[in-house]
Amino acid sequence: MADTGEGKKEESDYKRLHSFPLIRHTDMPEEMRVEAMELCVTACEKYATNNESAAKMIKEMMDKKFGSSWHVVIGEAFGFEITHEVKNLLYMFFGGSLAVCVWKCS
Amino acid sequence: MPAKAGDKQRQGQSGPSGGKPVPPKPAKPAYKRRDEDVSTEAVEVVDEAGNILVKPPDQLELTEAELKEEITRVLTANNPQAPQNIIRYSFKDGLYKPISHVDQMAIHFSLNGNLIPKDSDEGRRQSLKLTTAAEKAPVETSATAPEEAAIKDEERTEDTQAAGEGEAEESGTAEAAEAADAEEPPPPAVKERKLANQFNFIDRPSWTPRYPVRDRACQSEPTPCKTLSDDINQWVIHDAYVEELRKREESKEKEKPKAQVAKKEEKKTKKKGRKLISLDSQSDEMNKISKAAKIVERMVNQNTFDGIAQDFKYFEDDSDEFRDQKGTLLPLWKFQYEKTRRLAVTAISWNPKYKDLFAVGYGSYNFMKQGKGMLLLYTMKNPSFPEYIFRTESGIMCLDFHNDYPYLVAVGFYDGNVAIYNLKKATSQPSYKSNAKSGKHTEPVWQVKWQKDDMDNNLNFFSVSSDGRIVSWTLVKNELVHTDIIKLSVEGTAMQGPEGLQLQTLGCGTSFDFHKKIDYLFLVGTEEGKIYKCSKCYSSQFLDVFEAHNMAVDSVSWNPYHSKVFISCSSDWTVKIWDHTIKTPMFVFDLNSAVGDVAWSPYSSTVFAAVTTDGKAHVFDLNVNKYEALCTQLVMNKMKSKITHIQFNPVYPVVVIGGERGFVVTLKLSPNLRKMPKEKKGQEVKKGPEVEIPKLDKLLKLVREPENTTEE
Repeated sequence: MADTGEGKKEESDYKRLHSFPLIRHTDMPEEMRVEAMELCVTACEKYATNNESAAKMIKEMMDKKFGSSWHVVIGEAFGFEITHEVKNLLYMFFGGSLAVCVWKCS
Repeated sequence: MPAKAGDKQRQGQSGPSGGKPVPPKPAKPAYKRRDEDVSTEAVEVVDEAGNILVKPPDQLELTEAELKEEITRVLTANNPQAPQNIIRYSFKDGLYKPISHVDQMAIHFSLNGNLIPKDSDEGRRQSLKLTTAAEKAPVETSATAPEEAAIKDEERTEDTQAAGEGEAEESGTAEAAEAADAEEPPPPAVKERKLANQFNFIDRPSWTPRYPVRDRACQSEPTPCKTLSDDINQWVIHDAYVEELRKREESKEKEKPKAQVAKKEEKKTKKKGRKLISLDSQSDEMNKISKAAKIVERMVNQNTFDGIAQDFKYFEDDSDEFRDQKGTLLPLWKFQYEKTRRLAVTAISWNPKYKDLFAVGYGSYNFMKQGKGMLLLYTMKNPSFPEYIFRTESGIMCLDFHNDYPYLVAVGFYDGNVAIYNLKKATSQPSYKSNAKSGKHTEPVWQVKWQKDDMDNNLNFFSVSSDGRIVSWTLVKNELVHTDIIKLSVEGTAMQGPEGLQLQTLGCGTSFDFHKKIDYLFLVGTEEGKIYKCSKCYSSQFLDVFEAHNMAVDSVSWNPYHSKVFISCSSDWTVKIWDHTIKTPMFVFDLNSAVGDVAWSPYSSTVFAAVTTDGKAHVFDLNVNKYEALCTQLVMNKMKSKITHIQFNPVYPVVVIGGERGFVVTLKLSPNLRKMPKEKKGQEVKKGPEVEIPKLDKLLKLVREPENTTEE
């Protein structure tokens, strides 16, 4: 019981601790990166249960701001192979268990 | 009358065709006259013939008698519309006259017909054509065509007759026209010839210029793309977070102790880095344009002082011919630097390599007021600003360029130090400097002179100072090492010091000069007025002593050509020329004022110049005048400014003079002062030492012999 209690505590702790956005790989310029990151965080928090809506929101916002044909994938476990335009890729973790990959390719 | 004529016209009978006057037939409608009243209404009346007549309400009421009255009318063939009283100006009579005959013809209708007489050329041609066309076409049509025409004609004539009297004339002409028309349509119909249109249109096509069309295609480069592939799972995410947290903790620990300091340093370095970067970039930019700026500066100077530059190069004072062997000094550039205004020029020296570059040392002769000094290098190409500026802590007293390394300047200071400046390096500090430990003088250094490299190929120079020592400084392994060469002991002043030591008072050396050819031989002038001839080899004894002057010897200088002659000047107003083998001077010149400096000219063995404290420059040529100066010229106007130094330019006929107020002037020697030996016809002009030496020898002999005789 104690173990599981502690386990739960750890889990919640871990979630609390690990919920900050962590960039795994990006080659965006500074300003774009910051904006995209904030956008992803906003979207994921808003649509915490629905990844598709979050992705939709992110994609549409990015299209508006930075030009057409952005692609967004949000999930907890996936593998990918993508072609992206140089300086237009953001691959980050968020919320302890979510991974967001945003890239541009027309 | 006109009204009635109008009536007639209405009825349709006009003059030309009618001709015959028709008796008037006034219409007499039978009407019931009503005596009772004059009715204004239209009344229907029945005529005799049975016609119903309508009487207008405003018809004239006439009596029977009036009605029966016969009125005669005459119809003439006159045109009622034609004017009857035309007045025209008659040039023959010179007045207006009525025209008697007026044209009465009135044309009512005209139509241009196109009837051609059959007998004319055109008519025959047409008839020929008609016949040929008729032959070709079936006979029936040709037969029917004229028949139709004939029928048409008949119809038309009938029509016209039925139309009425009034159109007789018109119909007549119309008939003819129609007949002609009838004839013509068939032949054109047969021939199918195009009729010219009524309005005579002409086709005139035109074409706008066609612009050449060119194909052009372009393809943009595709945006650069990269591929990324990865695989994520929960554990990957978890690991990443853990790692990140760990890193953050570590950095936090590091930050705490060094937080403030490190941050500040970082900030500083960042700022400095930025500043440095910006400065560097600035200085890079400055460097790029520095060369160009320098050239521009020199050009501006040349343009500003264009007259002087021209004078320097080309001006030869022609009036020298008339001046009876006297010459002048033409002032050229003035060199001033604001920071040296309070300093006196203490030394001038020309650079051996760059003939337009000269160094000026600034200091102060005033014992009480000793401040800082400066070393400036000017070039004649830029009189507004010195090329090199060196600040020194102590006033400079003397300087000398090295002959082989023109970028090395040896400098002697008022505080007894000596230093070497390297012009190639950009620092403002001397490359090597002596100090108290390394044996600097205890008194001002009055003169320094470079020597030939010693046996170890080290640079070395000599210095003379008021402390009575002549010291040789050698540059050994980047250090100045001094060696006392000689001490100027004053003869006969050996005193008995405590414990049996003999103290010798030392004379104060004020100037020296090394012989050009004989290496070890040099002269030293002292404050007591004596000149010692010394040798480098003997450190305690002099070779000879000359009782030269009554006051301090300001300058001694060997003649550049003649190996035996030297000159000395002193504050006792005299300049003396010596032969070093003879104790007494060859020539003595009294200049009425303390002489600051004297210099031989590099181009002639008999020309020298001296400057005095009253601001005058004297130029002598012994060959021309043994007793008087060829030129005595006031160089500095102000009373307080004494001239301190003079130097000849080794190449150009220019002297540079420095004064006590810190300014430097250059003057050009007029031709009279630069006289070369005259050419004898047919002989080559020899220049150089060969000529100069005998020249001076001759003079000396003149001077010597009487002395020899007097001695005897």
